[in-house]
Amino acid sequence: MENLVIDPFIFQLSIFVLAIFVGYYVVWSVTPALHTPLMSVTNAISSVIIVGALIAAGPGDLNLSKIFGFIAIVLAAINIFGGFVVTQRMLEMFKKKK
Amino acid sequence: MIVNISAVAYLISGVCFIMALRGLSSPISARRGNLFGIIGMLIAVITTLFNPGILSFELIIIGLLIGAIIGTTIARKIQMTAMPQLVAAFHSLVGLAAVLVAAAALYSPESYGIGNSGNIKIASLIEMAIGVAVGAITFTGSILAFTKLQGLVSGNPVVFFGQHWLNLILGVLIILISIYFVSTQDLLAFWILVALSLAIGILLILPIGGADMPVVVSMLNSYSGWAAAGIGFTLENTALIITGALVGSSGAILSYIMCKAMNRSFFSVILGGFGGESIYKDETGEKSVKPGSAEDAAFIMSNAGSVIIVPGYGLAVAQAQHVIKEMSDALKEAGVKVRYAIHPVAGRMPGHMNVLLAESSVDYDDVFELDEINSDFSNSDVAFVIGANDVTNPAAKNDPQSPIYGMPILDVEKSQTVLFVKRSLSPGYAGIDNSVFYRDNTMMLFGDAKEMVEKIVKSI
Repeated sequence: MENLVIDPFIFQLSIFVLAIFVGYYVVWSVTPALHTPLMSVTNAISSVIIVGALIAAGPGDLNLSKIFGFIAIVLAAINIFGGFVVTQRMLEMFKKKK
Repeated sequence: MIVNISAVAYLISGVCFIMALRGLSSPISARRGNLFGIIGMLIAVITTLFNPGILSFELIIIGLLIGAIIGTTIARKIQMTAMPQLVAAFHSLVGLAAVLVAAAALYSPESYGIGNSGNIKIASLIEMAIGVAVGAITFTGSILAFTKLQGLVSGNPVVFFGQHWLNLILGVLIILISIYFVSTQDLLAFWILVALSLAIGILLILPIGGADMPVVVSMLNSYSGWAAAGIGFTLENTALIITGALVGSSGAILSYIMCKAMNRSFFSVILGGFGGESIYKDETGEKSVKPGSAEDAAFIMSNAGSVIIVPGYGLAVAQAQHVIKEMSDALKEAGVKVRYAIHPVAGRMPGHMNVLLAESSVDYDDVFELDEINSDFSNSDVAFVIGANDVTNPAAKNDPQSPIYGMPILDVEKSQTVLFVKRSLSPGYAGIDNSVFYRDNTMMLFGDAKEMVEKIVKSI
């Protein structure tokens, strides 16, 4: 008798494939004038990898993983703050001129 | 229970990121989009901090603070002309962070619920290997792209004998060591995989020349996304998987758009060797051009009905984007219709020129993309080309021998008069002579872009 429970990996893969399609259509609808902010904002959101770093840096006692996690937090945080701030700065310039 | 709540929270965060990109469909909704992005990030971080495995917050807070200070400072100080370098540098950080998170997951798999040390789930190991390899390639590749864009190393393509074979061998080795790592969970194998991927990251970008940099930056953007997605699978985190897929496809689409705008196949960009300072011998001999002065240009333009300004990266190099805005204001006051025509590769990254013009307070309603405005050159009185060259070269349409043949160009030669601001008659980035220089309706304005436009403004 085959196991009737679907592997969680399949669910993740489904999310992944659907998100690629969402990304495809959403990005094509981005106006070419805003392609630079698009790159800086995608850069900022891809730093959501910080969630992995936070878990690594979380345990009570110091080990190698905690150090890796700490460095990764710093790098990802630079990206998150830098990415969103610079995107905001650019988008401010695209305000309607009076 | 808490696991399900946090899974839903990560899903919401992923949806916020989709909304962030969706907002960029128009300048009006874009700032709201950015806000969505920030909210999504906050949700993801806060949700993770509720993870029962997180017991000590000192390092987390210190790390976040350091990152916040550095990131905000850089973002506030950076010049808009330096955006391509900044984005490349940021990509390298995502790549390195991916490598570190994968290493952390390997050394403490219990924290991530993917098994115990030496006994990690096979699926997690495969995902880890992919994530770490792509992350390492993104890291070194982006650093090299950064140094090329910043001018720290020459932008010329570096090609050496056996380069592609070396890459191929390294690629095969990476696959072999990945298989070995997945089957043995050997720590040393993991670090060898990292080292090989770091090396191939450099080798892949080395042969790519300055002209292809817009493609490279987009490509690395895509890589950083796939690396994040790979790690997302390892950590079984929906927010990370969704974001990785979004960023990955976004970068891939931008690479495609850039390739198309240069009429280059993605494959030929990767193989490299194009776009250095090639030496071009003009075999057609002496041809005459019609030079003009700033006063002539001012006279022609202020008496014109409509002027289309065609800016290229040379405009930004000469720091002339602010005076060009003064010029268009002066012309508008004189009753002239002024518009800007932007070629997709006008800057050093997708959309770069639009940002530079926006910085100089040019209204975005006056700025048009190639396919929106190209048919209007024929009923325009003046095309004012400044800092651009190859993107106006009719050889792309007429000369099948030309290296840029097939590239979409702005049809400036169709307007009544072409005013071409240029330092000298030297060919452009691709090293090709431009027949527009020698046309009867072209007036060459020789000189520094900024000084020339300043003089024109005075004469209007």
